[in-house]
Amino acid sequence: MTARELILGRLRAALGGPEPVPVEVARDYRGAGSVAADLDVFVGRLTDYRATVHRCVDADVARTVGGVLGGRQIVVPPGLPGHWLPDSVTVVPDDDLGVERIAAADGVVTGAAVAVAETGTIVLDAGPDQGRRLITLLPDVHVCVLRADQVVATVPDALARVDPHRPLTWISGPSATSDIELSRVEGVHGPRNLHVVLVL
Amino acid sequence: MTRSFLGMPATAPPGVGHLRGSEPFPVAARRALSDAQLRRNLGHATATIRSRSAAVVGEVPDWPQLRAAGRAIKTDTMARLPELLEQLEAAVAAAGGTVHWAADAVEANRIVTDLVRAAGADRVMKVKSMVTQEIGLNEALLSAGIEPVETDLAELIVQLGDDRPSHILVPAIHRNRAEIREIFLRAMPGVDPALTDEPAALAAAARRHLRQTFLSTRVAVSGANFAVAETGTLAVVESEGNGRMCLTLPETLITVMGIEKVIPTWRDLEVFLQLLPRASTGERMNPYTSMWTGVTPGDGPQTFHLVLLDNGRSAVLADPVGRQALHCIRCSACLNVCPVYERTGGHAYGSVYPGPIGAVLSPQLTGVEDNASLPYASSLCGACYDACPVMIDIPSILVHLRGRVPHPKAEAAAMAAAAYTMDHPALYAAAQRAARLGRLAGRRGRGLPPPLSGWTASRDLPEPPPQTFRQWWAER
Ligand code: SF4
Repeated sequence: MTARELILGRLRAALGGPEPVPVEVARDYRGAGSVAADLDVFVGRLTDYRATVHRCVDADVARTVGGVLGGRQIVVPPGLPGHWLPDSVTVVPDDDLGVERIAAADGVVTGAAVAVAETGTIVLDAGPDQGRRLITLLPDVHVCVLRADQVVATVPDALARVDPHRPLTWISGPSATSDIELSRVEGVHGPRNLHVVLVL
Repeated sequence: MTRSFLGMPATAPPGVGHLRGSEPFPVAARRALSDAQLRRNLGHATATIRSRSAAVVGEVPDWPQLRAAGRAIKTDTMARLPELLEQLEAAVAAAGGTVHWAADAVEANRIVTDLVRAAGADRVMKVKSMVTQEIGLNEALLSAGIEPVETDLAELIVQLGDDRPSHILVPAIHRNRAEIREIFLRAMPGVDPALTDEPAALAAAARRHLRQTFLSTRVAVSGANFAVAETGTLAVVESEGNGRMCLTLPETLITVMGIEKVIPTWRDLEVFLQLLPRASTGERMNPYTSMWTGVTPGDGPQTFHLVLLDNGRSAVLADPVGRQALHCIRCSACLNVCPVYERTGGHAYGSVYPGPIGAVLSPQLTGVEDNASLPYASSLCGACYDACPVMIDIPSILVHLRGRVPHPKAEAAAMAAAAYTMDHPALYAAAQRAARLGRLAGRRGRGLPPPLSGWTASRDLPEPPPQTFRQWWAER
């Protein structure tokens, strides 16, 4: 008998009967589409978790990125809109870069798949403007550019919008720990600085 | 094939892993109670998390509905566990992962060790995971000549301090900053001797210490918070980014999960991703949640193994009252509200699963005779039930398990528990006050009054607890 047969047999024996009894799940909580996203709440949540928020129009994204990362080396995913990048940065496109090269960069600029207002969360799905998971992990500064229409109200809204078959990273503020006397420290292993550029 | 041929539900084997303490709860608790520093650290930490969690839970208008949905989804999951696991297996395989089944800790350790060897590695990096502590994976790897590196800050503190975790969420909750600095200075290679005990400086030291490990280690081992049967998606919830490092950087990822972590549908995540962070760390959302389905060409590990572990869970499932202990999402809220945990800390429970959930889970995983004092490690005050985001009725399971404890051992445990309480003036005074109230109310005596009634009722199944103990706790 394989371990698989053994375990499944044990579980069926544990449940006692051949017919599983279906259990009704009442979904009377606020599901997808039940609440409108509030951008001010989103900004408030991000700030609360020590992310820095910039609001601007699309034409000013490059200037905003330059204000954060000007003069530095930044990794860029292959599908990032070129007009988001200022001349003042040294662009290192991610064409299968080695980890050491990515880790040596000062920052990374990406788009996002969706964001959750209530929790101040950005979701990356490794789309062309976001790139491999690695590039948003090793550099110390992550600048994430979001369109206002990508912000949804709740976690159920965001789950309904993303594809489970893509690798997903849900980011709520910079890397943090509370392991030492419960005092929150920003920045352990992930980027220590998270900037969100909200394009209105 | 008959069912008996297929095997009956089995408890976790002894001699491997960390589900059994070396001494009964009251004995270990007595030692913990005499450690003033430990009690200060615990009191501060649990009070801090409690108030943070209360604040963000209060923000959610539909919290009761989410809790009820969480409970219903878990009840449904347990009723259909075999078919959901088969569905998960098929979905993971279709996405390019390989699924292994481990009947117990010994098998799981062997599977992981063989996979690491097959990958040609002599070091693995680990994301904090209760289940790999449960099975004693680190010890198994070490004895096979493989070095396990814990990457979670608290786990690192525990590993460098040659210590044991004492809390599900904050394993080094029993250590303060000065102690952590000492541990780093003693055991972290190349550490700056001028290291201060500022939390930010200590975290930065860990960042420097682990960076090269992350970049150069080819195999990682993780646990899982959730596994979606419908899609084959695994989810890991974390804060520091060490989880992302381990899930993204290596060539090979091995995820070990208890079979109860499966959930039926993608949509079910919308319930648990709201319940878990708020109940757990008291955040609206934890800094990082990673989800992956099999392997993604060009992004992350190109080899993915999922190890599905029983190790006593089938025996828990076999008990219609006790099986709801399998609903646990390991948020640790029940620890943080527990007056017993707050006084004794996690080590007293012996098992890697401490606090109220440990008191009901460990005895069921091992067979109640091997953790006979744990069902008594509670005052039955009910605070855990109120705090639990998936509404596990821990007090009822405790009472049920007390009825299953072999009598002689139970009595011994209860007597020792009573003795430890009487050694402690604050608890004893409370018991006296409660006794007076009990007499005034004309209750018929049955052993000692609250809070001792719960610790001494070994022959009679106690009634659901009165409010007295909690009122006392709130007002003390
Ligand atoms: S029993 Fe409930 S409160 Fe305790 S850790 Fe599990 S889910 Fe959290």
